Amino acid sequence: MVNRRVVVTGLGVVSPNGVGITAFLHSLQQGISGLKFIPKYEELKYNCQVSGVPDFDWNSLHAYLPDVTFHGLKGVGIGYAVKAALDAWMDAGNNVEQDEVNWDTGCVFGNSVADSENMKRVIAMVDAKEARKLGSRVVEQMMNSGPTAYISGLLNLGNKIVTNSSACATGSQSVLMGYEYIKHGYAKRMLVGSTEYIDQYIFGAFDSMRILSRKFNAVPEKASRPMSATAGGFVPGSGSAALVLEDLEYAQARGANIYAEILGGANNSGGQRDGGSMTAPNPEGIVRCIKDALSNAQILPNEIDLISGHLTATGADKLEIQNWIKALKRESGNFPFINSVKSMIGHCLSAAGSIEIVAVILQLMHGFIHPNINLEDPNPEITKLIDIDSIPVKRIDKEIDIVAKSNFGFGDVNTCLIFSKYKQNG
Amino acid sequence: MDRHSILEELKKVLAPYTKNKELLNSVTEHTNLITDLHINSANLVDIIIDAEAKYNIEIDMDAAEKISTVGSCIDVILEKMNHAS
Repeated sequence: MVNRRVVVTGLGVVSPNGVGITAFLHSLQQGISGLKFIPKYEELKYNCQVSGVPDFDWNSLHAYLPDVTFHGLKGVGIGYAVKAALDAWMDAGNNVEQDEVNWDTGCVFGNSVADSENMKRVIAMVDAKEARKLGSRVVEQMMNSGPTAYISGLLNLGNKIVTNSSACATGSQSVLMGYEYIKHGYAKRMLVGSTEYIDQYIFGAFDSMRILSRKFNAVPEKASRPMSATAGGFVPGSGSAALVLEDLEYAQARGANIYAEILGGANNSGGQRDGGSMTAPNPEGIVRCIKDALSNAQILPNEIDLISGHLTATGADKLEIQNWIKALKRESGNFPFINSVKSMIGHCLSAAGSIEIVAVILQLMHGFIHPNINLEDPNPEITKLIDIDSIPVKRIDKEIDIVAKSNFGFGDVNTCLIFSKYKQNG
Repeated sequence: MDRHSILEELKKVLAPYTKNKELLNSVTEHTNLITDLHINSANLVDIIIDAEAKYNIEIDMDAAEKISTVGSCIDVILEKMNHAS
């Protein structure tokens, strides 16, 4: 088999703590939270009244969409996805305005559910016997493949176009699928990523599960506390991120900037057995997933400098670290650095993986490890397992070579990816 | 309401669905919505819904099928308005 290398050449992000790469990088470096108190959630009597909401100017989409398309676009998740994807495309040095179909380039973009606030409007009109007034633009925004359909149409993408969905593993799964597709020679480039718009209805359903952070409504920036003794649930967030993945030779031939390399990855399920369930992972599934990712990437556990964890700020943080220890056979002072973007932005569900992967690429590019914020009180159960110095609370400026990234989703699905700084003779 | 003023009003209804706005300057009754203004055929439904709201009329599917040019659009609107009053 031809040994193709897959590199990252473009990034775009709509994150609760930064819209656009420059703003997001700044927030990551400075440890700036994007979580806000949502008055509406207090009125709705939610336990958790905090959310990660991108500071998104809807009218900015005028620059990305023809007026005809902008007029009638209501799906917020689609809007986020369009911005992230087109930013990534342009960041990779491509033009948006072109007529030819890009037969070599495909798209894997994920999401969870279509905008339910939008659906509410549809339901109200149907119930009022006014379905005939819904018009032509509802279906394209209700369908799960809405984001991919918008993106591929705007960028004339002509290779495989897939909408993936695996709950909180969606974003990293989309990156892995794009990587595999290029690695196996089916496409030269893949635009990958995911989007999430958590509206009040979806938020309410999560709130009812009693798995959300509820004790920090008065201090929203403190509400997401991965690995801390006071981690009492996650904070749902919205956003999107996109990456342009490319066959190395193809990227070199067009003189693209190369940001990082994907060495490999794995995607599996614990089968919802042996501790695994709809909402909890089977530890063996996670350990296997990490080991499979390492062997697919052909690297040794000791080569990992940093783990960008799933780490949502629940009791599962400790279990995740136990699984990393088991998979890498590294513990105490020998454990790699570990951080969680969620300490700043909460849990962006379907978009978590892609936003967090953009954070990984930025750390590789700019030589730093972002801080874990809100870790004034590290969980002693965790610091018993790994050295406290491996969980930085301040930014560390340091060249890092290899980062392992994981995400785990409802349905007991796991993804792990291995990223590396790009080296010519790698 | 005369045909000319309906035509001027219709230009505003058509604007959000017309990619090249300059084409709207030369609209006559003979202008075809799809072949001249390059309006996406799926959007004809939205134009009809907007026109219904604007003139407080109901354009049923049989009437909608007659619409191809701006002139035929005006015919249908006038017919429905007269019918309503």
